[in-house]
Amino acid sequence: MMGLIGRKVGMTQIFDEKGEAIPVTVIEAGPCTVSEVRSAERNGYQAIQLGFGTNLESRFSRPVLGQFKKRNLPPARHLREFRVADLAGVEPGQTLTVAMFEKGTHVDVRGVTKGRGFAGVVKRHKFVAGHASHGPTAGKQPGSIGSSAYPSRVLKGKRLPGRMGGVNLRIKNLEVIGVNPEQNVLLVRGAVPGPTNGIVFVEKREA
Amino acid sequence: MGLLEKVEAAHLKSDRPQLRPGQTVEVSVRVIEGDKERQQKFRGEIINVRGGGLRKTFTVRKISEGVGVERTFPLHGPSVAEVKVIKHSKVRRAKLFYLRRKTGKSARLTEKKTVETKPAT
Repeated sequence: MMGLIGRKVGMTQIFDEKGEAIPVTVIEAGPCTVSEVRSAERNGYQAIQLGFGTNLESRFSRPVLGQFKKRNLPPARHLREFRVADLAGVEPGQTLTVAMFEKGTHVDVRGVTKGRGFAGVVKRHKFVAGHASHGPTAGKQPGSIGSSAYPSRVLKGKRLPGRMGGVNLRIKNLEVIGVNPEQNVLLVRGAVPGPTNGIVFVEKREA
Repeated sequence: MGLLEKVEAAHLKSDRPQLRPGQTVEVSVRVIEGDKERQQKFRGEIINVRGGGLRKTFTVRKISEGVGVERTFPLHGPSVAEVKVIKHSKVRRAKLFYLRRKTGKSARLTEKKTVETKPAT
């Protein structure tokens, strides 16, 4: 799927023709340089490797830097491969911009969600919390987690407190509200995983 | 200017006045009935201004036939045709929610005759 690497700038709202406010996430997407092309013959799968952002040359290890030097490209801070069905017309060194997206179409956005640490059952599994007052056993506790004599154990997959967030998440079918190639800005309806300034991957949806 | 502000800047309405709590304003609201559009005026005191940039909203309170009525408008929303500042009042807090508990004479605000204007930023 063809896509771009971007940075989540934040959320705001835009008014549509009817005067209704649309919640939008602003993504600074691209420009991305094609740093490598993986072909079925050579690599066993078809993909393009995209680079986004810059960094000091001293921040790269020499093997990584060598990869860029080989193609005579500026070193990119973030690298990622996107599987594509068709490699025609794609060459290393080529630059991809937000112009590839169109207003009114839909995209998938992928990112790493905000880490929430060791979270309780109310936040993690949307359990309903008990009342805050009126004596013991209340609040955000999970309650009973099973029966006693049978099965004498806690069933596998029982929803309990634990680590939450910090995982890859793909939000599918987000409407593209606006595209501005001059500012490399993509506006997408609704929320997107990750913190502000987090790296996200925007992918075209295959028709 | 951050990228977020740049995105918002394109949609900001330049004809909006600086709003502050305590001001008496007249808001012209676009009302669409069927295929006709007309404007309705809502006049009252600003009791709340919140948000920034494109997300700024303000709440206007008025007493209509003895009943307190409040409406919250998006400052840069297209449903708001015009905002006219009519009066400035002496006010000592940012949120004037205490006016909800007051009626009659005690619900009045004292008018400010001289208004210091903030230089445009």
